[in-house]
Amino acid sequence: MATQQTQLLARTLLTPAVALLFIWMIVPLALTIYFATLHYNLLDPGSESFVGLENFRYFLTDPAFLASLQNTLVLVGSVLAITIILGVPLALLLDQQVVGLSIVRLMVIAPFFVMPTVSALVWKNLLMHPVSGLFAWIAHLFGLPAIDWFNDAPLFSVILIISWQWLPFATLILLTALQSLDEEQKEAAEMDGASAISTFIYITLPHLARPITVVILIETIFLLTVFAEIFVTTGGGPGLQTTNIAFLIYSQALIQYDVGSASAGGLVAVVLANIVAFFLVRIVGRNLEA
Amino acid sequence: MARMVTTRNKVISTAAAWLIGFLIFFPILWMVLASFKTELEAFAIPPSFLFFHWTTENYVTVQERSDYLHHALNSIIIAGGSTLIAMLIAIPAAWSMAFSPTKRTKDVLLWMLSTKMMPPVGVLVPIYLIFRNFGLLDTRSGLIFILCLGNLPIVIWMLFTYFKEIPKDILEAARMDGATIGRELIYVLTPMAVPGLASTLLLNLILAWNEAFWTLNLSTLEAAPLTVFIASYSSPEGLFWAKLSAASTLAIAPILVLGWFSQRQLVRGLTFGAVK
Amino acid sequence: MGQITLQGVQKSFGPVHIIKGADLEITDGSFVVFVGPSGCGKTTLLRLIAGLEDVTGGAILIDGRNVVDVPPAKRGLSMVFQSYALYPHMSVRGNIAFGLKMAGIAKDEINRKVEAAAATLNLTPYLERKPRELSGGQRQRVAIGRAIVREPKAFLFDEPLSNLDAALRVQMRLEVTRLQKQLGTTAIYVTHDQVEAMTMADKIVVLNGGKIEQYGSPLELYEKPNNLFVAGFIGSPKMNFVTGELARQQGAATIGVRPEHLKVERDGQGGWHGTVAVAEHLGSDTFLYVDAAALGTLTARYVGELDLHPGDRVSLIPDPARIHRFDDSGKSIRP
Repeated sequence: MATQQTQLLARTLLTPAVALLFIWMIVPLALTIYFATLHYNLLDPGSESFVGLENFRYFLTDPAFLASLQNTLVLVGSVLAITIILGVPLALLLDQQVVGLSIVRLMVIAPFFVMPTVSALVWKNLLMHPVSGLFAWIAHLFGLPAIDWFNDAPLFSVILIISWQWLPFATLILLTALQSLDEEQKEAAEMDGASAISTFIYITLPHLARPITVVILIETIFLLTVFAEIFVTTGGGPGLQTTNIAFLIYSQALIQYDVGSASAGGLVAVVLANIVAFFLVRIVGRNLEA
Repeated sequence: MARMVTTRNKVISTAAAWLIGFLIFFPILWMVLASFKTELEAFAIPPSFLFFHWTTENYVTVQERSDYLHHALNSIIIAGGSTLIAMLIAIPAAWSMAFSPTKRTKDVLLWMLSTKMMPPVGVLVPIYLIFRNFGLLDTRSGLIFILCLGNLPIVIWMLFTYFKEIPKDILEAARMDGATIGRELIYVLTPMAVPGLASTLLLNLILAWNEAFWTLNLSTLEAAPLTVFIASYSSPEGLFWAKLSAASTLAIAPILVLGWFSQRQLVRGLTFGAVK
Repeated sequence: MGQITLQGVQKSFGPVHIIKGADLEITDGSFVVFVGPSGCGKTTLLRLIAGLEDVTGGAILIDGRNVVDVPPAKRGLSMVFQSYALYPHMSVRGNIAFGLKMAGIAKDEINRKVEAAAATLNLTPYLERKPRELSGGQRQRVAIGRAIVREPKAFLFDEPLSNLDAALRVQMRLEVTRLQKQLGTTAIYVTHDQVEAMTMADKIVVLNGGKIEQYGSPLELYEKPNNLFVAGFIGSPKMNFVTGELARQQGAATIGVRPEHLKVERDGQGGWHGTVAVAEHLGSDTFLYVDAAALGTLTARYVGELDLHPGDRVSLIPDPARIHRFDDSGKSIRP
């Protein structure tokens, strides 16, 4: 394979993909950086002027930024915690001998394939509606007052919906990892006199450490920029209670038409994502060697 | 080496797994049930689970509203188009990196991957302005272009891992057998790569079908796919639960089926091969 | 015809020299085995001949024509891979026929040839099966069938038997040798197993560190190794090497004696004294591992059963005519 002829052909075939991705990466990013240094509002065309780091100062000191940063972190952290804490036992359960496992698997994985706008609306209306939702009826059965989810606990409601969407992802990955665990390793541990709990702590859990890290990193990248679920359910409100960074940037760009400030916010999001991406790329890269 | 499992344990784990599986699946089931109710029953408290007047009128209404079909068609064209174009660009690239690796191949792959990690919201502003200036807002071709670029790294990455599993020996054997590069591709590589190509295609159809950042921000009416159409039900005047459920069921049914087929490949595709 | 000549063939990957100039003359119809430890460059040399790698320098002549710029398909060689490299989506028939199909040969001609090859290799009942439905030995035969059906100038074998179990390996070894003699086609065979090399080859090429250490018939290598490396590599169990005073007395830096050339005597007078550490009783042979003080551990082979046990004192008497002598640089000293 290593003849010069094939090498040359290989380079030629790789070029279009590399070129496209390079442009895709560099052009919008450069423009974002450029816009971030301008005073630029679409409602006020012709008034563009260079303002240096003014947009960053404005964006970073805006109370909305701090609120949305906090919401973003709470949202990411909560969804991660919920999906992992529920995902590990669920994966362990599905790794047992279960009659009809393939059907159970299908039911568990299904929410991941539901488009975000659909799941958000189904939860918001059919389940969480304070009067006619199923949850209100269940609360009523137990003699409890119905909860007005999106008014009383808006961020928690959003977290609940998103966790439902991502729990299948975590479970599926952890299950795949569990199934690749060498059965003989567990048997060796048993021969060594380890109990089921010790086997879990000393064999299974260390084996899951890497997939858990991968789940955390990948989910973080997607969760940092959750958008559709908020857009459809709360529109960022009430107030700023469910506004995350992605939604804040969206509203500054496409509602207030403040291009400069939205661009500055975009760069903040890029930096946040890159911190996570750095670790993910390292893990994937190490795997590539093996 | 099958381990001895007592019947009691098996019964317990089966019951627990089915219960939890059912709970997780329930919102989808509930939505499907609601789609067969009348609007009145869909709102009713206490809710009826199975003993309601089953009707398909919601589906008829949804179908009759031509805009549903219009948006469904948009979804098919946008998801299908962006996936196909991404495959066309990715196949040669992945082929090249898998079978003619150089010292830089690993870096190129990781760099491609890192472009996927850039949050779309970070480049929303310039993309929106570029689209506005080139008249691409609310056009199918614009969305095809964006979704294609967005998924390209995943497509390349998945194809790369599949190609990588095809033993080099077999391609060399074909070469020794006198096959030219073209015939090697047609007779040997393609038949062996079909399962990988198919699952890559499936996963990316699913991702493109469900994509709800660019579609919500870059399309409103003409080019709006189902994600945007469903989102329009969120406005207070659009609160027809049964019809919303019917439209939603139609929107997710094809993708659920595809997803169930590709669930095993999903892990590989979404973790970039970091979990096997 | 299948005369293959290597002239100063070199191969480097970047700064790493894998093949450091190989000269070799392989006559038509002979069975030549490349043998050496892993990493010695034997597989690379084979792939250079096949055309799967470009040479960095030198020439490869097939029937007098330099083929270094000829693509593998046009060299008229066929290859059997270590992994067999069968096309998984094609039947046995499809696998064997593929090369002929690529050459554009007529359909009934292909069928005739494929069936003839299958008959030779006892594959006829399996022609319509897929590779995954075959056993290891059958897959191996399909790979060989794919190679012979094209009537190449030479067969190239890349460690083809290393994935088989021991019993099957012996059987396939015989089959390959017999087939090659029957067809009279030149064969180049790569292995790291010196037993395979000794039993199959007309001539052996011993490679080490990208250099050809010696080229000759199996018995030449056994009886007249050029140097310490060949002496140690050929023969099983390995030749015993002794340095120091004993070697100096023979006018050498190192002397070597094969285990089968050490006479074993219980409490004997002459020779080298030692204590049995391990005795392996095979029935047909007895292998003794003897601690011989300053000489280190010596291995001796006795044909037949010898009732010795760990701890027994023995003396080992080398056959004076069979002592190999080597100088400081490891080269053989010949009288």
